[in-house]
Amino acid sequence: MSTTSTTTVETPAAAGERRPAGDPRKVRRRGEQSRAGSLASHAVLIGASLTALFPIAWLVFLSLGPDKDDYLHPGRIWSKMTLDNYAFVLKDTSFFDWLTSTLVVVLGTTLIGVVVAASTGYAVSRMRFPGYRKLMWALLVTQMFPIAVLIVPMYQILSDLQLIDSYLGLILVNCTTIVPYCAWLMKGYFDTIPFEIDEAGRVDGLTPFGTFARLILPLAKPGLAVAAFYSFLTAFGEVAFASTFMLSDDKYTFAVGLQTFVSEHDAQRNLMAATAVLIAIPAAIFFYLVQKNLVTGLTAGGTKG
Amino acid sequence: MTVVIDRATGKRRGEREPRPGPGRRLKNGFHKHWYAYAMVAPVAVVLGVLVLYPLAYGLYLTLTDATSLNTARTIGVNEIDATYKFIGLDNYADILWGPTAYDRFWSHFLWTVFWTAACVTLHYGIGLGLALLLNQKLRGRTLYRMLLVLPWAVPTFVTVFGWRFMLADGGIINSGLELLHLPTPLWLEDTFWQRFSAIMVNTWCGVPFMMVSLLGGLQSIDASLYEASEMDGANAWQRFRYVTLPGLRSVSTTVVLLGVIWTFNQFAIIFLLFGNTAPDAQILVTWAYQLGFGQQPRDYAQSAAYGILLLSLLIVFTSFYRRWIDRNEQQLAI
Repeated sequence: MSTTSTTTVETPAAAGERRPAGDPRKVRRRGEQSRAGSLASHAVLIGASLTALFPIAWLVFLSLGPDKDDYLHPGRIWSKMTLDNYAFVLKDTSFFDWLTSTLVVVLGTTLIGVVVAASTGYAVSRMRFPGYRKLMWALLVTQMFPIAVLIVPMYQILSDLQLIDSYLGLILVNCTTIVPYCAWLMKGYFDTIPFEIDEAGRVDGLTPFGTFARLILPLAKPGLAVAAFYSFLTAFGEVAFASTFMLSDDKYTFAVGLQTFVSEHDAQRNLMAATAVLIAIPAAIFFYLVQKNLVTGLTAGGTKG
Repeated sequence: MTVVIDRATGKRRGEREPRPGPGRRLKNGFHKHWYAYAMVAPVAVVLGVLVLYPLAYGLYLTLTDATSLNTARTIGVNEIDATYKFIGLDNYADILWGPTAYDRFWSHFLWTVFWTAACVTLHYGIGLGLALLLNQKLRGRTLYRMLLVLPWAVPTFVTVFGWRFMLADGGIINSGLELLHLPTPLWLEDTFWQRFSAIMVNTWCGVPFMMVSLLGGLQSIDASLYEASEMDGANAWQRFRYVTLPGLRSVSTTVVLLGVIWTFNQFAIIFLLFGNTAPDAQILVTWAYQLGFGQQPRDYAQSAAYGILLLSLLIVFTSFYRRWIDRNEQQLAI
């Protein structure tokens, strides 16, 4: 962090010679707030929180209405609240097929992403080798790929390989973004591990691989976890490839399955809302459990000056 | 020690001796760095097979007239061979200055630029405002924070449908507006309001990430700087202007770049909000997807050409952005 001249403020307004007289509130110390200021803060935060909460709360509310047009007359839901939608979704739709598909694809992607990227993250964090810059550049650019770049050729290639509508195909496609992403994240994490540890290991006669496997990997578990969480969340929320490459109903991931409730002719909004809630609650719980680690991972290096 | 541990960020080349000849260089390099190559091999293979090869194949497709009618396909038991042919750069020429190029490419391009600028500005502005509020000593700070990250916690493909119900004609938003005797726009049908809705929903989804990142940045600013500025008699605005903003600079450059890339590439929100309707609200990414998969016959070549153009735009933007940041002597930390 650059600490250049942030303290010596020399603007005409704050010319240090003439302290503003008479009004002691001119310079309010940090952490002290006027009542009005604190009220205003709370008001804004409450407003923002309600805005953040409302669309999700609304989904929950609509999921309790038994009729598919209830979203137009939400007032009527109060008198006839029921969990029928949930029962129907769990019993009579492909919900559990979708759950299985989602887990297969997401866990497969996560596993490959973390395993493949770990040693690379270490190598680019610790070593300089010919081609290093090119590799870093490739890792960076790959993360910027719009889905439109790869989706057409991938579709053709997977068609040729008979991998359309297969879990493996979708896992491979997800890996195009996840693997470079994980490598970046892990590099950031490995950078925070003092390299004196590597030196100590090397002095004691470990090979570079031994150093990585025995010393650094155990220390880097939190970093691996962050990469895993990210892969998990990214693969879970992936819409474009899953919608295009998965054709049969029992192989849909949640992101695709949820869309099936709304077709051109009919919209079973009540069932959709119930399914949405069933997906959202575990996803949100998972997110809250891991979120502390996420932020540090993503802007690692950005927050450390 | 053969490990060259250079903690520089890749900007400085380590000191090297004069270069030996190519053959020797290869041999020496391999001897010296073989374990580094062994370690990066998995990712190199994945990138080669899953990214570079499809990218090259996609580039080749953009030079042909491939559609779903002339690519290889299997209908029942009949295998039909591909019959598309090489047409050079015609696709690019057609997209950029062919007939109706404005309606097909440039109008979407302008809308995409506006969409990206508007969304990132809103994300950053609102995110910074909320982060500053959350950075005070307030009662219930943890609860606020939990509620405010909710849009990030719930997957986008779920919340977009919540918004769809709310924005639908006769949905809660229009009912509310009607109660207040305000006009009730057709949020999901009228072009202007479609765009407005898209920006609104994306803003709602994107603010939490900015807020949390900037809050992390705020908390990493050294408190002694604030104390010193107070001693010097700086008021709240000056403290913000001369301590907070410079302290946030490195985080900001990172999150703004990420924000631009993500918003530019945002697929799920627009795709799920409008499906295949709303041609005028489609940004370039979703438009390219429609050409390739949302119409019959599927125009693979044009869609892939759009993809290549988009990637070029992003790379150009990013390199300019980084150069501009470097000139301000900041390092980009992504």
